[in-house]
Parts: sequence; structure tokens; C-alpha cells
Amino acid sequence: MARSVLVFLAHPALQQSRANRALHNAARDLPGITFHDLYEVYPDLVLDVKREQALLLSHDAYVFQHPFYWYSCPALLKEWFDLVLTHGFAYGRTGRALAGKPWLQTLTTGGSQEDYAPDADNAFTMTNFLKPFEATALLCGAEWQEPCVIYASRIADEDAMAAATSDYVARLRALRDGFAPAGV
Amino acid sequence: MDQAEPLVQAFVFLAAAVISVPIAKRLGLGSVLGYLIAGAVIGPFGLKLLGQPHDMMHVAEFGVVIMLFLIGLELRPVLLWRMRGAIFGLGFAQVTLTGLALALALGMALDLPWQSALAAGLILSLSSTAIVLQTLRERGLDQTGPGRASFSVLLFQDLAVIPMLAFFPLLAPGSQAPQTSVLRTLAPGSPPWAEGVAVVAAIVLIVVAGRYLMRPIFRLIARTELREIFTATALALVVGVALLMEAVGLSAALGAFLAGVVLADSEYRHELEGDIEPFRGLLLGLFFISVGASIDFALLAREPVLLAALVAGLLIIKATVLFGLTRLVRHRSGDALIVAFGLAQGGEFAFVLFALVAQTGVLPGTLADLLIAVVALSMAVTPLLFLAATRWSERFMSRGPARDAPEAIAIDDPDVIVAGFGRFGQTVTRLLTSNGFRASVLDHDADQVETTRAFGYTSNFGDASRIDLLRAAGAERARLLVIAIDDGDKILEIAEEARKNFPHLKILARAIDRPHVYELMRRNVDAIERETFEGGIHLGIKALEFLGWRRHQAARAGRIFRRHDLRSIEELAVFWGEDTYRQHARNRTALLTNLMQHDLNVFSQGDLDSGWSKDASEDEARANEARGSS
Repeated sequence: MARSVLVFLAHPALQQSRANRALHNAARDLPGITFHDLYEVYPDLVLDVKREQALLLSHDAYVFQHPFYWYSCPALLKEWFDLVLTHGFAYGRTGRALAGKPWLQTLTTGGSQEDYAPDADNAFTMTNFLKPFEATALLCGAEWQEPCVIYASRIADEDAMAAATSDYVARLRALRDGFAPAGV
Repeated sequence: MDQAEPLVQAFVFLAAAVISVPIAKRLGLGSVLGYLIAGAVIGPFGLKLLGQPHDMMHVAEFGVVIMLFLIGLELRPVLLWRMRGAIFGLGFAQVTLTGLALALALGMALDLPWQSALAAGLILSLSSTAIVLQTLRERGLDQTGPGRASFSVLLFQDLAVIPMLAFFPLLAPGSQAPQTSVLRTLAPGSPPWAEGVAVVAAIVLIVVAGRYLMRPIFRLIARTELREIFTATALALVVGVALLMEAVGLSAALGAFLAGVVLADSEYRHELEGDIEPFRGLLLGLFFISVGASIDFALLAREPVLLAALVAGLLIIKATVLFGLTRLVRHRSGDALIVAFGLAQGGEFAFVLFALVAQTGVLPGTLADLLIAVVALSMAVTPLLFLAATRWSERFMSRGPARDAPEAIAIDDPDVIVAGFGRFGQTVTRLLTSNGFRASVLDHDADQVETTRAFGYTSNFGDASRIDLLRAAGAERARLLVIAIDDGDKILEIAEEARKNFPHLKILARAIDRPHVYELMRRNVDAIERETFEGGIHLGIKALEFLGWRRHQAARAGRIFRRHDLRSIEELAVFWGEDTYRQHARNRTALLTNLMQHDLNVFSQGDLDSGWSKDASEDEARANEARGSS
């Protein structure tokens, strides 16, 4: 079954982000995949909740692509969770809008993979840090996917960046084409 | 038709141009070739509709003078200084090397004494400023690397004419310096240094007057708001400079160029350009027609082989030297091709100089006539050579790697043109320029422009609804046009004209009110902003704050209302149909009723923040609690 995939891109300074731009450029023209650039659509940071909810309803799989800021997402995406995933729409007895749909978190970090460990600088694993997102997906009944994390995105060399983008494109295709994505 | 009425002559010229130029353009040959063909057709060897082509040419040469004035206007002194290497390096090398090569070839081929060969070679080394610049501009090459290189060479050639005029008569056996200037004629007894003093004085006069006298005069004239007087002033200025330069024995074209450079920094530059431009076009057309008419087809019929050989020789030698030199100064092959083929023809000064050397006996009269025909023919093939060179060079470009071509110096490359520098346009411009974008500003208020220039803005005086002014302000190269004037009808007019003439420009317009928005939408304007809308919203937000709302709540309410209103513009568009802006502007009550009804029906923001409200989840929590405890 082919799914329509909706990518929520949240980057307040996309013009400066090498990794997020590379991911965006590689993936935005894929058929069946819609990019929704939140900071571009809402330059005044005031979300249109009805419109966002309609978008959720009309798509079958969700990707949240963002940089990893202070162990979380940029502010507008947090506000998006707060205002769009409302009771009765996304969760609660009658909130079934996201139920059964895949949810893929895609993020870029400054630090390397080794930095995310109990004995390293960041003191916790990435799996730990992403628990709030995972819990959100679970409460909404969505299918949490193995996150797609691009580590050390500022210093990665061209080859590593190319590998990361092609991996991301493969994950998006898998979501769209209904196969079980890698790692799940 | 030698004694034809001036009006009849004018009609013949205009009709010939009107018929042949559009045909030539349609065939992709450019206007220059169209004019040349028209000249050949109506000239003494065609329909014989013209008087003496050489008399005509004298009038028409004023077109070249005007063209150099306009070129000067576009070249600020700073830019000219930056080009000095190209002018005196490339230009000097071209004139001397080409001159010597041609002299050698002519001397050997026709067995001439060295004096004649040298004079002929140097004369033929000059190219046609008029044809080259017109063609470069038409093909959009004037702001490119090869365009600049060509211009530098042409400028040096124009300078080189002055020493040539003085030096050639000395080549004649047993002759002495000619009476070149009016000064010598008026005061035959004056000492030899007097001429030098007069030349220096004339140049100083142009610079000083241009700097300090012309600006106040232009401002005064601009205040009268009589456009034709402004045009008359501009023309009088150019003619005056030309006369002054001729009086002291300098080239009128160079004087006009100097005057242009001096005025290039002034705020009236664009207005001057716009006013004089049509005269340049017409007079240059006249010039090209007279070149076409002066081609001696009888001679061509008598000596076709010799003429063809001479023309081919001239073109090949000039192009070869130019190609080598341009490559030497690190231009790409493709660019060098354009310069080489573009400048390979003989120039308009050749007509004057050949007449001079024939008269002073340096060159036999028959040979001079022959070479004049060669120059005219070489001019006629130039547009074709250009066509070939650009095609060829495009192929080069698509292949060879682009390497270290010198950056084209942008003469006038604004990102944005702001039409109207009142309260609205100022805000737009300040925002853009403080973020590093280049804006070119047009305003019709001379005092306003004067004030803003004092603060370093590049504003220019002029009525923004004139397309020629927009073009002069750089509309062809800018990316955006912001229409910020306060006259609603004029905004619509500019939007329409700009859309038609500069289809590549994104147009952003100030709207007066909602009906005006619809009119702008109908003209496919890219962005529309009502002049008082954002201000009203923001004051409304302040009002909500004074009514006790928290600032974030008030600001969100303002933004959500703003979104609602922008959407309502689209939703209510159906009410407007095809009626005109002014009809609706009269019916403001109906408009307001529609609008407020729409607000009542559609606008609600209560549920937009429900994610932040506790009510819904509270219900569920209570329900769960009840379940848990039971």
C-alpha cells in the first residue's frame, strides 16, 4: 500500500544548516512525499491549527525533521505539538487522527554518536533523549519508527553527508511504499 | 532630390527606418543592419531618394556625440578609474599593433610609401563605436566581460583620434601643421601654446561647470515641472559641450563623454538618460542610414574582387590581433571571439581621417575613396560577424572550462528599484539597504531627492511612471520593483507597464485600500500590501493590551485577525467581478457591510488555542479517575 508521507521540517535558520538543507534538497522532489516547512509557512510563528490538523488527516505517515536543540526540537515544532495534537483530535477517547500511522523522527546533531552515552559529554543515550517524542507518538497511537539521526552534521565530510542523505531518502521511500523501514 | 524639403527628407528617413528595422530585427539581424540596408536602398545607388550622404553624415555624427554623453552618464568616475588598465593597456596595444600590421600589409600589397601605409593602417585600426556599442547593447552584452573590454578599446580609439588629426598632416611631404581649430582661424597670430591652454581651459570648464553649476540649474528646471524644458536643457548642454570642444580642436564625442562622466554622480542622471535616449536612437539610426547610403556600389561593381580582398584582409588582420590581445589579458576564448569579431570593422572616424589625409596629400585621393568603401562595407558585415561570434562563443562556453575570466564591473546593478521615496518607500528601502541589498530609488520630488542624497541614498529624480526612467534606473538588471508611490491610479499604471516591458521583474506594490488590492491582483502583481493595514492591526493590538490582555495574547489575536483578513480578501474577491476600482471606491458603505458580515460569519479564534486550555483534558482526567476508583 502506498502511503502519502508528510514531512514537517522545522529549522529556524535553514539557510545556515548544511545537513538539513542537504536532506531537504535530496528528498523534496520525491513523488508521494510532501514537505511542510513550518518556519517558511509561519514566519510570524502563529500556527494555523485547523490547517495543520487537516494536513495530518490527509496524510498516512509523518516525518519530523529538525535539528537537535538543547536535547529537543526548535520552539515552533514544540508549539506545534502543544497546539495541534489536541485532546479529542490526536489523543483521548475520541482522538484517533494519528492512530496506526508511522511516525519517523529525523534529526541532526552537532555532537558525534559517541558523545551520546552514559559516560560521555551528554550523559544519556539518544534513545533516552527522544523518549518525550516517543511517548507523544505512543499516546497518539502512532507507530514509532527507529529514529533517523545524522550525527556531527557540521563536521561530517562529503561522503558521510552523501551516505546520510541517501539513507534518509531510502527511509522516506520505505515509509511511502509501505515496507517495514530498516531497524524496526 | 538634392534640394528636397527637409520634411520630405525626414519622412524618407523615418519611413525607411520604420520599414527595414523591424524586418531586420524579426530576422534576428539586429537594428544596425536594418538601418544600413535602408540606407543602401534609399541612397544614391538605390532609389536615389537622398541628398548627399556625406552632408547627412555630419548631422548624424551628432548621434555618436549623444551616445558618448550617455555612456559617460553611466560611468561614474570611480568605475572609469577602475577601467584605466583596460583602456590604456588593451586599447593602446590594439591601436599600435593593429595599425602597424595593417600598414605593413597595405604597404606590401599596394606598394605604398611608408608614410601613406602608416596613416592608412592607423586609420583602419579604429573601430566603429556607434555600431559596436549599439550591437552589444542590443544583444545584452554591454555589461559583460567582453562588452567592457570592447568599450575600453573603443574609448582609447576615440582618444587616439586627437593625436592622429594633428600628426597625419606632418606625414605629407613638405607640409606643415594644419589649421585644425577655430582658435587658430580666429587668431592666426596666436602663439603655439595658446591652443594647449585653450584645450585645458575647456576641459576644466566642463568639469567645474558639471560639478557645481549644472546641479543647481537642473534642480531649478526640475522644480518648474515642465518636462520639455528639462529635455531642452539637457540637449542644449550636449550641443554646447560639442561646440566648445570643436572650437578648441578636440573631438566633440570625447567632450560629451567627459560631460557625461562629470554628471554621472548627479541625481538627475536617470532623468537625463531618459530624456536624451530617444535622440540618441534616432540620430544613430540616421548615422547608420548614411553609412549604408554612402557605400559606393559603382566601385563595388567595378572592383568586386579587390574590394572583397581588402575587406576580408582588414577583418582578418584586425580580428587576429584583437583575439590575441584579449586572450593575453586572460579573457576566455569565447569572450575574446566576441571582442575580436565585434571590433574588426573600420570606424566612423575613418571617413573624416581619410578625407583629411587625401586633402593633405598623404594618400592619393582614389586610394582614400577605395578605403572609405572598404570601411563602409566592413561596417555593413559587422552585425553578421557579431551573430556568428556569439553563436560560436556560446559553443565555446558550453565546452571549455570557465577559468579566471575577469569579473564584469557592474555599472549599475541594483537588486531592487523602489519607485516613490515617501514615508512608505523610505521604510522599504531602509529595511533592504540595511540588510545589504542595493536599491535604486526614483522619486519625482526634487527636494526629497536632494535631502535623501545628503544621507547617502542613491536616489534619483524622476517620474517613476515613465518606463524609460525605470529602464535607466536599472529595471532590466534588477530583480524586484517596489511601487511605493501614493497615487493609486499611477500605481496601477506602473504595474501594468512594468509587467509588459520587464517581464522578469517581480513586482511588489503598495495598495491604497481593498478595491485597489483587487485591481492589483488583476494585474498579476506578485506582492500587495495595503499601506495602512499593518499599522491598524498593530495599534489594535496595543488597544487590546490597554483593555487588560496579556501582551502575548493580544499579539496572537492581532496576527490571527490579520490572517483572517488576508484570507477574506481572496474569499470576497467574487463580489468584485470585473468592475473598476473607482466605482467600488465610491461605494464604500457596501464594502464595509460585506466585510463586517464576513467577520461575524467566519472569524473565530476561540478554538485555535485549545491545546493550551485545560478544559478538554480535565474532563478526560476526571473520567479516568472515576473509572479508577470504581
